[in-house]
Parts: sequence; structure tokens; C-alpha cells
Amino acid sequence: MDSNEEEQKIPVSQRPEWADVKPVPQDDGPRPVVPIAYTEEFRETMDYFRAVYVSDERSPRSLQLTSEAIHLNPGNYTVWHFRRAVLEALNADLHEELDFVENVAKENSKNYQIWHHRRWLAEKLGTGAIVKELEFTKNILSLDAKNYHAWSHRQWVLKALGGWEDELEYCHQLLTDDVFNNSAWNQRYFVVTGSPLLGGLDAMRDSEVDYTIEAIIAHPENESPWRYLRGLYKQDMKTWANDPRISSLCLKVLSTKTRCIFALSTLLDLICSGFQPGPEFKAAVDDLQASDTGPSDSGLGETICSVLERIDPLRVNYWTWRKSHLPSVTV
Amino acid sequence: MVLYLSYSFSHLALLGYKTRVIGKMMELVSEKHVKYILSVEKYFCLRRRIVFESLVMEHLRMNGAYWGLTTLDLLGKLQVVNQDEVISWIMECQHESGGFGGNVGHDPHVLYTLSAVQVLALFDKLDLLDIDKNEDGSFSGDIWGEVDTRFSCIAICCLSLLRRLDKIDVENAVNYIVSCKNLDGGFGCTPGGESHAGQIFCCVGALAIMGSLHHVDKDLLGWWLCERQVKSGGLNGRPEKLPDVRYLSATHGLSLLQYPGVKAIDPAHALPVDVVNRILIGLYQKGISPRYRPTCEADLSFPNLR
Repeated sequence: MDSNEEEQKIPVSQRPEWADVKPVPQDDGPRPVVPIAYTEEFRETMDYFRAVYVSDERSPRSLQLTSEAIHLNPGNYTVWHFRRAVLEALNADLHEELDFVENVAKENSKNYQIWHHRRWLAEKLGTGAIVKELEFTKNILSLDAKNYHAWSHRQWVLKALGGWEDELEYCHQLLTDDVFNNSAWNQRYFVVTGSPLLGGLDAMRDSEVDYTIEAIIAHPENESPWRYLRGLYKQDMKTWANDPRISSLCLKVLSTKTRCIFALSTLLDLICSGFQPGPEFKAAVDDLQASDTGPSDSGLGETICSVLERIDPLRVNYWTWRKSHLPSVTV
Repeated sequence: MVLYLSYSFSHLALLGYKTRVIGKMMELVSEKHVKYILSVEKYFCLRRRIVFESLVMEHLRMNGAYWGLTTLDLLGKLQVVNQDEVISWIMECQHESGGFGGNVGHDPHVLYTLSAVQVLALFDKLDLLDIDKNEDGSFSGDIWGEVDTRFSCIAICCLSLLRRLDKIDVENAVNYIVSCKNLDGGFGCTPGGESHAGQIFCCVGALAIMGSLHHVDKDLLGWWLCERQVKSGGLNGRPEKLPDVRYLSATHGLSLLQYPGVKAIDPAHALPVDVVNRILIGLYQKGISPRYRPTCEADLSFPNLR
């Protein structure tokens, strides 16, 4: 990039190789509405870009100019589009282009145009791009493990091109780094349900339930694994409600008397889905009541809601609403 | 936080949940907000300084116009801008295809087309558009094909405002959005994509416009959205992410909370209720299609608890 950086310092209008081109100024109309105060460099670069865009010149110098325009404003989708047209016309080395994108992405990892361009490149390169794309997204995710664009692109690569072999292990690594990473949990679900190598959700459910329960016990305040656990049963709430591992997990967390909010809400959902709790559940929930609360005849569902109203005050309205929508027969 | 505040309240409003902000409500100083919006636009030309932000945002000027102008309308101050100048600039951004670019000289894109249509709707100037021009109904962002549920929402919202929803295969559009529904009841940008408040806003809004909210697991999603509020009172867009502040969206959120001095907003079309009703309610009353039913009845801007 060094020689290009050198070139960038010389204004385009002063470069001999551009002497034959008449720059096209921006036309904001007769009475521009709040015109932007462009820098001279920006204005001039874009004036020359407009010239080659209008004349549809798909040449190496056009390619170089789009690089400069992109560095000035990576969000200009017109420039990206024209760059793709030029790359095709020149039959350019798309592997080199991957490097160009990687460079721009370092400073603009949440820019939509970059990711779209990357996808276009990967589509063109096909399965030959799998390794590089998984490596690229891994690099971006190492800087921001929740970058939505990186995850979307990675999912697309897996579905369209393949490369599932190490994905579950990758999710595990990320969760080891940060078990609260919701994106990693989401990816895990994506792999478990979508990988052609694992047998599907039904085949994976048991081992995943065990994995998730272990994660929950370590951090019961972690929202993601609780949702993941529920997701493993997809829409089969009856099976979920009657799986003794789920209710035992709730009881175990409740017995610790700390970080119980999700355990309580899950128990509430189990009851609403038909689970019949034994007396040990009522005892565990009663233990969480405020010390000044007398004995009550309320059903367990109501008691759970009351406890949640107190210990999760941010959502007091929600728990009040849940209390008013309990099934008519609760223990 | 403010952007996600707006998104979350919009979703909850669409699902029929009551919302309440915990904490002391401060008085809204509308005049200062109006002054700020107008000054942001004037700042760059008066100061003639190199402002990086203006360079990297010049391609999305159309979105900026939508956010600023809708906010002004919600505060009852749309008249402070020169309507003719704005409209004339918008029409300069229109292309042969009928689509609008983000600014003069930029290629058409569905993102900016919606903003343009919304701004024209605010000024009641939809008649300036040749609505029967080609509308291919695809949900890529532009003719070169980036796919995302944001574009589904945008296209559907746009078509609804232009009263042309019958141009597309609505069932197909609904099915695609439903395929983006996740284990937590939320929606991502593509099938399998992580649930995200912004994407949820788009998907739920699109389903609402298409009369297909029954596909949403309201209880599951409602709870997910409630969990977005964190100790500080702000809202995040995904679990374990930080709350996010976006100034102008506060007004949308406050509108849904029926804040005094702020007009009611239709959360699905992201425009004031009176603007949406002006466009759609005539069709509903004529019994043209239940799909054209306004997503906000006159008194629905503050929905009750189920």
C-alpha cells in the first residue's frame, strides 16, 4: 500500500496520468439544502470518481481511484458497486481483493458495504474461500466477539460454502472466554440445528442440555443459557416442562438463594406449561420470601410472582401482569 | 439506549403491552430539541470546518432528513423548515427506476427510498410520486442484492404508505420474516441470525403492517424485550450488551409513552399517527383491504395491559 499512500498525497488533478480526464463536480441543484463542507481532497477525488463513473471507465486507474474514494468514505455504496464492476472487467485477482477488504475492515468492522463486498467476493471464489472467510471473521470476532456483521457473514459462509467441522469447538472456545456472550450461544444453536455433521437437534439435545446446565450452575444470572435451554426443546413445551433435569436445575439454583431470577421465572414457566411441583419447590420459594411475609394460601405461581416483584423491581409491572395470567389451577 | 428505548417501546406497543419508565420523568424542553436539530444542519456550512462525520454521512443525508423532520413533526414544529427546499432536494435524489439515493448523485437504495417516501408523507406530498412506475417488489437493498430483514420492513412500509402492498407476494414475505424467528422469540437479520432489538423492530413492524402479528410469540418476545432494560434504566439491543444512546429516537419513545407535548406515533410506519391515518384510513373505511388497516387506531397510541 506504500506507493499508493504516496500517490494519495499528490492531488489527483496534479497526476499526469489523469491529465486527460475532466473532473465532474457534484451537482447539488440550484439551491442546495445544507451543503456539506467537503475537504479539498475529498471533493477532488470524488469529482474524478464521478468522471470515470459517468464514462464507465473500467481501468486500473479507476480501480486505484475507488480505493482512495473508499478510504475517504467507506460507506459510499456507489463507489463499492463501481469497484466490483471494474474488478470484473479487469478479471482481477480476487484473493488480493480479500486483502484490500481486510485492511479497510480493520477500521470499519461495522460498515455494511464492506461486508456485502466481502460476500460478493466469497460467492465468486466459492469453496476456495472457506478457510480465508472463517479466518477473517475469527479475526474480527477476536476484536469484538459480538460483531453482528461478522456473525452474519460467518453463518452465510457455513450455509453456502461449508466448513462446519470445527464450528462447535469454536463456539465452546468463545464461551470459555466469555460465557455471557449471547452471540456465541446463538451460534451454538445455529451449529447444533444446522450442521450436516452433527445429526440435528434431536440427536444433540441430551448432550447440549448437560452442557447448558453446567454453564447455568456456574452463572445462574446468565440470561443466554436459560433461553438456550428452552430453545433446545423448540416448541415442545410439554417435554421441556416434564424433563426432570430442568426442574431439578431450578431447585438447585433456588437453594443457593442467590442470583435466582431466571430460576424463578423458569419455574413459573414450567408450572404454566403443566409441571406439577413437589413440596420441596414450595419450600425453596418460601425461603426467598421477605422475612416479614406471613404464611399464605397462594398457589406457588402467585408466590413466585410476588418474590419476583420484589427482587426484580425493574420488571415489577411484568411480574404483576404474569400474576394476573396464571393458569386457573396451580399448586 | 435511546435508539433501543424507541425500538423496545415500539415492539411492546405493537404487541399490546403497557410500558412504563421507572424513575423520575423530566420535563421535555422541546424548544431546545428543535434548535439542536436545525443547528446540526447549519453547523457544517457556517463553520466551513473539516468535519469527518459530515463526510462519512453524506451518503445517508436522506435518513438524517427523516429522523430530524419526523422529530420536528412529533414536537409539532415541522413548519420551521422550508418545505419547498426540502422537497425539491428530495426529488433531485430520485432516479429513473423510481428509487431514491441517500443524497444527490447517489444510487437508489431501498433504505433511502423509504426515508424519502416517509418525508413526503409528512408533508402530504405523496402525489409528487409516479406510484405506478416499476416496483419489482424484491427485498434486496438495491439492484445488486444485499439481503436483510431490514429491507423487508422498509419495502413493506414503503409499499404500505404508497398503498401498493398488493404488488408483492405478501405470504412469501411473511414466511421469510418468520424464518428469521429465533429460539428466544426474537428476530435476526437473516435465518439463524442473533435476535437484535433493531431487527425485531423491523420484523414485528413488517408483520404488523401485513396483518400477521399472530406469528409472533408475544409472551416470549415480550419477556425478551422486558429483559432489555438494565440497572441504569437504559435498554440494550441484545443480552449482556451495553445500553445505547441515540438522541433523536428519544422522541419516538416518548411519543409511545404519551409524553405531554409529543404527538402520537404509529410504531409500525414510524410516522405520526395523523400522517398514517391520512394515508390509510380512507382505504380501510372503504373496506378495500384489512391489510390496509392502520396499525394505530385513534386511541391505540398507549396500549393497555392485556
